Amino acid sequence: MKFQRILALLSKEFGQLFKDKKLLPLVFVAPVMQLVFLGYAASFDVKNISVVLCDLDKTEASRALIEKFSNSGYFTIEYSTEDYGSIQNYIDDNKVEMALVIPRRFGDDLAAKVPAKVQVLFDGSEGNTAAIGLAYVNQIIVQYSNHVLVQNLGMAAIGGVVPEVRAWYNPSLQSRNFMVPAVLVMILLITTMNLTSMAVVKEKEIGTLEQLMVTPIRPVELILGKLIPFVMIGFANATVVLLVMVFGFGIPIRGSVLLLFFLSLIFLLTTLGLGLFVSTISKTQQQAMMVGQFFILQPMMYLSGFAFPIDNMPVVLQIGSIAVPMRHFLIIVRSIVLKGVGIGPLLFPAGALLVMGVFILTASVLRFHKKLD
Amino acid sequence: MNDSVIEVDHLTKKFGKFTAVDHVSFDVKRGEIFGFLGANGAGKSTTIRMLCGLLASTEGTARVGGFDINKEPEKVKENIGYMSQKFSLYEDLTVEENINFYGRVYGLSNHLLKERKEWALEIANLRGREKSITGTLPGGWKQRLALGCAVLHHPKTVFLDEPTSGVDPVMRRKFWELINDLSAEGVTVLVTTHFLEEAEYCNDIILINAGKIIAGGSPKELKSNYIKTPILEVQCANVIDAMSLIEKQPWALETSVFGTHLHVSVENEEAARGHIRQLSMQNGLDVTHVEKIIPSLEDVFIYLLDQEAKKN
Repeated sequence: MKFQRILALLSKEFGQLFKDKKLLPLVFVAPVMQLVFLGYAASFDVKNISVVLCDLDKTEASRALIEKFSNSGYFTIEYSTEDYGSIQNYIDDNKVEMALVIPRRFGDDLAAKVPAKVQVLFDGSEGNTAAIGLAYVNQIIVQYSNHVLVQNLGMAAIGGVVPEVRAWYNPSLQSRNFMVPAVLVMILLITTMNLTSMAVVKEKEIGTLEQLMVTPIRPVELILGKLIPFVMIGFANATVVLLVMVFGFGIPIRGSVLLLFFLSLIFLLTTLGLGLFVSTISKTQQQAMMVGQFFILQPMMYLSGFAFPIDNMPVVLQIGSIAVPMRHFLIIVRSIVLKGVGIGPLLFPAGALLVMGVFILTASVLRFHKKLD
Repeated sequence: MNDSVIEVDHLTKKFGKFTAVDHVSFDVKRGEIFGFLGANGAGKSTTIRMLCGLLASTEGTARVGGFDINKEPEKVKENIGYMSQKFSLYEDLTVEENINFYGRVYGLSNHLLKERKEWALEIANLRGREKSITGTLPGGWKQRLALGCAVLHHPKTVFLDEPTSGVDPVMRRKFWELINDLSAEGVTVLVTTHFLEEAEYCNDIILINAGKIIAGGSPKELKSNYIKTPILEVQCANVIDAMSLIEKQPWALETSVFGTHLHVSVENEEAARGHIRQLSMQNGLDVTHVEKIIPSLEDVFIYLLDQEAKKN
């Protein structure tokens, strides 16, 4: 292995990168765009669920319940109707996401001390909103119900268990706090894997790879010359993402930045290895793009817990997700940024990444070697 | 005394059941321009790729500059220059960046690189355009720059795979001047081409067809060894009609179209002249000129390929 040859390759790669008037800005604009999308648009937070109210009771009791809903901050009563049959129109026309129906006997039942019923209808096509809205509905009705019980029993209090729930590390349960650190993971994956595979395949396409192979350059030098620039771009990207995260979104890094960068390097072993692997099975840059997109990026996004909780998946997929490097790195990033943990609790994900990184990179390098012969 | 720079011994390459190169053997002497001729797909590039250490051979061996291509491919690579028909330059880099890159890859010292850069710019006629983006250069210039880059490190042997494809004739001639200069400096040049007029510039030629060598020798030898009968060049108004007519005559051994005239190989020149005159009058062929010519390599190869086709 000769340092001079690697240096020649590096200066060539950077020369090409800096001459590409589109790629380089793209590499740095992309993370910022991702941050904006995932920080603002891709929010699972549910606020201001629009409601159509159908109060058929019109008693003091029904008004008290309605007040609880409108004061909660989660619901906005947009429409009011006395025609039960028209509710479907409101939901079908996407005017509201929920309907609150208070039947005629509601007040009387409460007064008679028999169970009173309210009906809550959700637009289930918005599954996420419905699920979260339902939780708020339950909370409000339980509170109201307790209130009624206390009144009926004529006591100041009735004992019982009151849960005092706090969400640590993300007290306001904002999905932004959860998503923005994940952008770091996604950007590192996309840029390093795609750029590596495309850079190698490009040389294949234009024929320079063959020219390189008749020079004294050894495959290992060639691979290093190809991967080092993308490690550097990956780190530059990571720095941009972290700066925007801390100063733009006000999400501080509670743990060690150094540890975060060090574990990022281990994650890069897997992404660069995958990029190299894609390049060995692709003949054109388009193929490399498609393979990377559909067989690596998308499955990883769905299976890593990036947006969809792993605990909700069928057991087979949960087990499968252990082999997804992105899953482990997501845990690492979220833990270091939000919880501020050290290496101790992260030994398993870090170890898994290291094993996978060494395996993927070695296998890809060997395959790359073989394909050149 | 062994002055062969390239020794090829029953070199064979199979891709699955397909035999691309079939027991090919030849020697190339120092400083020679060695032509490798054949149609597309005949096995020229595959042979060159094996000799450059890019492909492992299935059978047989070869030595390039004294190094075994299968056992010491790295040594082979250090001592050769290679240029493919794609002129493998980085089109998005400048002329100078391309030269610097290949120079450093071959381990040239800064001093030597500077000297060779001047030389490469000189031969490619690119002095003053060092900062031009390579992709914007005309084909002929790129081709000469690619050759310059391929021989920056003073290789003793140079492999050129279809170096002149897609280059206009004037540039092609200039390129061959460069090849002659290299050869004069003692560099051995192995060049593949399907331009037969280029083969005339070679010291030695082999013709390859379907992976096998079907003929070899200097252009002069090829012409005298294979073409023993006189060839008449017939100029007439409608060559296609004339061809289909003459072909059928028992005195015409081989007939082929060369642009606006026919080449007819015959047993007896005088008798044939008479036959042609007669045919022309009977059929209104309007033959304007009949002349005995010195056979070109094209005549030789058409003859050889016909013989091959008849064998199969």
